[in-house]
Amino acid sequence: MKRATLHALTAARLSGRPIVLATNIDSGEELLIDPTLAPKTSLDAAAREAALKDRSGAAEGDARAWFLNVFNPPLQMYVVGAVHIAQPLSRMAALSGFNVTVIDPRTAFATSERFPGLTLITEWPDEALANIALDMRSAVVTLTHDPKLDDPALAAALKSPAFYIGALGSKKTHAARLARLKALGFDDAALARIRGPVGLDIEAQTPAEIAVSILAQIIAQLRGAQA
Amino acid sequence: MSDINHDKVLETASSWLDQGHKVALATVVKTWGSAPRPAGSQLAVRGDGEFAGSVSGGCVEGAVISEALDAIKDRRTRKLSFGVSNDQAWTVGLACGGQIEIFVECVD
Repeated sequence: MKRATLHALTAARLSGRPIVLATNIDSGEELLIDPTLAPKTSLDAAAREAALKDRSGAAEGDARAWFLNVFNPPLQMYVVGAVHIAQPLSRMAALSGFNVTVIDPRTAFATSERFPGLTLITEWPDEALANIALDMRSAVVTLTHDPKLDDPALAAALKSPAFYIGALGSKKTHAARLARLKALGFDDAALARIRGPVGLDIEAQTPAEIAVSILAQIIAQLRGAQA
Repeated sequence: MSDINHDKVLETASSWLDQGHKVALATVVKTWGSAPRPAGSQLAVRGDGEFAGSVSGGCVEGAVISEALDAIKDRRTRKLSFGVSNDQAWTVGLACGGQIEIFVECVD
């Protein structure tokens, strides 16, 4: 590896930008690919796919064999609603490598005693998310059941490339939510991005178990698993 | 929180270079079966034998570091394969039964 390549990689990581290093293992040739740009070559497209799946591996390009090493910025999770489920979910997500932000304007809920060491934003979700660039490494989970809090957050998430959007609530609650969002102008294809009722069906009962089902669904979505 | 797949291996390699050390990088480029670390995992090796990161669960690091030190000397890249089917299974190999291919290169 060239010293300049190493410095370009560490600079991209410092600034929080995703970057993919393509190395021709036979010749030692190196290419740095920005996976956020529209692909121009088949190798660019493979790099973008690898970055989205967060999976390094072999790829074909110009009929030659390349190794694509993905350097993604940390995953981000935005939890709307500093409710009971948010407590185990935010801790488990942090252990899994997410930078977690909890958003809830109700200051009785969003306290550092309930969420030690996490970023708390006590603004309304639409105000909070207006200042955050949700990207393809972002997951958004709404947990309040309250349309005043959940709906603006879901609307912001649907306008972003967030890789995961989940909303807590029963099938009935979810159907009513989808009808409200449809009235705001989101079509069926957009609304299909929302996982609701949130989480994998593992018959979860307690807040911690529900957190496991949500985090498992997020990881499955990230890794491209059928779940 | 740092990226679990890459930790701070590149940052460490970069700071070693800045301090005037020679550095080689080893990267897992292919895995078969139950390999301990996924493709992309890296180990940085300093000219004096100091290292950071990992390419396995500690099973083959010794051999990889030795090859990395050779790469620093001759500035040639290397492709290494490890697995239980290998002749070296009892000395250097993966207890988990997986196989891995590692690319070793000098940084210069």
